Amino acid sequence: MRSEDCVARFDDVGYTVGGRQVLSGLDFAIERGRVTALMGPSGTGKTTLLKLLTGQIQPTAGRVTVIGQDLAMLDRRGLYALRRRMGMLFQNGALLTDLDVYENVAFPLREHTDLPEPVVARIVLMKLESVGLRGAARLLPAELSGGMARRVALARAVVMDPEILIYDEPFAGLDPIALGMVLKLIRDLNQALGITSIVVSHDVHVIERLADRLVLLSGGRIAAAGTPAALAADPDPVVRQFMSGSAEGPVPFHYPAVDVATDMLGTD
Amino acid sequence: MNAASVTTTLAKFGRFTLFLGRLVAGVPSTLRRPRLLLEQVHMTGALSLVIVMLSGLFVGMVLGLQGYDLLRRFGSTESLGTAAALGLLRELGPVITALLFAGRAGTAITSEIGLMLATDQLAAMDMMAVDPVRRICVPRFLGGVVSMPLLAAIFATIGIFGAQVVGVAMMGVDSGQFWSQMRGAVELRDITEGVVKSLAFGIACSAIAVFEGYHALPTAEGVGRATTRTVVNSSVAILAIDYMLTAVLL
Amino acid sequence: MKRNPSIEIGTGLFVLLGFAALFFMATQISSHGLEFGRHDYHLSANFDNVGGLKAGAPVSIGGVTIGRVETIDYDSTSYKAVVHLAINQRYDHIPNDSDVAIYTAGLLGGNYVGFTPGGSVTNYKDGDRVEMTQSAVVLENLISKFLFDKAGQGAKKE
Repeated sequence: MRSEDCVARFDDVGYTVGGRQVLSGLDFAIERGRVTALMGPSGTGKTTLLKLLTGQIQPTAGRVTVIGQDLAMLDRRGLYALRRRMGMLFQNGALLTDLDVYENVAFPLREHTDLPEPVVARIVLMKLESVGLRGAARLLPAELSGGMARRVALARAVVMDPEILIYDEPFAGLDPIALGMVLKLIRDLNQALGITSIVVSHDVHVIERLADRLVLLSGGRIAAAGTPAALAADPDPVVRQFMSGSAEGPVPFHYPAVDVATDMLGTD
Repeated sequence: MNAASVTTTLAKFGRFTLFLGRLVAGVPSTLRRPRLLLEQVHMTGALSLVIVMLSGLFVGMVLGLQGYDLLRRFGSTESLGTAAALGLLRELGPVITALLFAGRAGTAITSEIGLMLATDQLAAMDMMAVDPVRRICVPRFLGGVVSMPLLAAIFATIGIFGAQVVGVAMMGVDSGQFWSQMRGAVELRDITEGVVKSLAFGIACSAIAVFEGYHALPTAEGVGRATTRTVVNSSVAILAIDYMLTAVLL
Repeated sequence: MKRNPSIEIGTGLFVLLGFAALFFMATQISSHGLEFGRHDYHLSANFDNVGGLKAGAPVSIGGVTIGRVETIDYDSTSYKAVVHLAINQRYDHIPNDSDVAIYTAGLLGGNYVGFTPGGSVTNYKDGDRVEMTQSAVVLENLISKFLFDKAGQGAKKE
């Protein structure tokens, strides 16, 4: 892959905390203008990977490069300059609870620009319109449903016109209708604005409809990477278990424990 | 206390000191946005006004009663104004206001910041390239530092009137003597001592409240514990600082 | 940012009350308020004994406070206490033969410095030394003197 086609790159990245290896040997690139999905069972380090990608933590091994910049080389100011070109959608929306919907979307504009109020209003209402919530501009976050809160957060994430959008579990806890709306929005944003999207999720069926490329994590390593069709046909047992959602397979149902007889009967 | 808990206490104190440095470093950027400061002066100061005024009135009235009874034994009840004013200006005003502040505004700050942390609001700001320490913590810190001396001054003034109500109206101390004795004995130094103390308490209480909120465990229980720690640590800090400042300023 | 008038009014009221209280304390409760642009001139006086006089004690003339005791030193050549006084410039008509004494306010009150005006036509000016001084009355000396006098009277009567 040519370097201009790649917005983010992990070079042999590892992360160890408190002697425990959370991630190791991660080596992959995220293509510009595509939807890349990071998948994997719970507890395989997906959230840690996102924190590495956004520079919230530094890797203990290897190098993370985003938009051509080595994150380890950036100071706070440089990191913030980079983050203005990224947007992130948190799992629950993470709207500021003391501001209404309008002010939440306007927040990045007010913090980073000196635009006059009519311009701010235009941008905010346009972004709200694109997520279908212009009518909810004066509601407080507490008055929104989960799906609406996530759409507002999406409007806020794109208000600065980022190049990269990161979605942390965007579908968790949504009813099918709200899920369909969020799915459509992510796809529209990607296709209409050409925003590179990185989606963290473990909802296989939704991701298959959305992503151009899948990266499957297991036990802190990349188990497989490729198009959804390629992964669906992958013979590897870990990949098969995850893609089919089966309880039986190499990923154990039981958390590691001593023998049942020892624990329950007290006999050796 | 074993070695491990000594090092964790030391580490926490170190983290607090560094955090205080970050707060102070952020003060100029907040001063450029007076609107944020105004909101926090409202939160910490204006909303604490009623409780501070009520407490000031009652503390002053108690001082009036106790002071009258004590001074009567020495036959110098006309010094009641002096006793009440000095007590309120130098000790009771700053200290009780700070304790009330820790309970009213301090806990509100801690739980607010803790909840913002638990609901990813601070992380979201950080991702929007907005430093949550500067945007959220510093205005609350500065608001507290501004509010505290004003609250203490209101407390002391109302307290003196409370003592006057009891002493003059109920116990029959001469009103003229009450005020003239006070004016003769109270010096500007006594007032500055109170202001210096309440400024120090304002810095300590606000920094503790912000620190505990910002470093709370992001769970309901964690925020609850952080709120408790704010009250406990603030109270200890107030009394310790009070002793040190009294020793230095007296 | 959205404007909320109730926040502004509440905060305005609070800040106003706070400064009113500070102003009240500085002007009504304390003896000498914030006097901006106040100028003092300085006098010194030697005393055999300053008793319990402390820096910051008032200096008065006819009961009116006209200044403060700045510092109290010991002069090792004359073996006397040197009291430096700061007098408000407003009170610059003090005859230069006025004498100065250390008094006690009430039986248990603090010490203060009091001037008794003389009859000279020239006044004290900055840096002058007051020559005629009367030391503090030390209560123990007074009591012992009183007791000895009584004892002496008693002896005479017998």
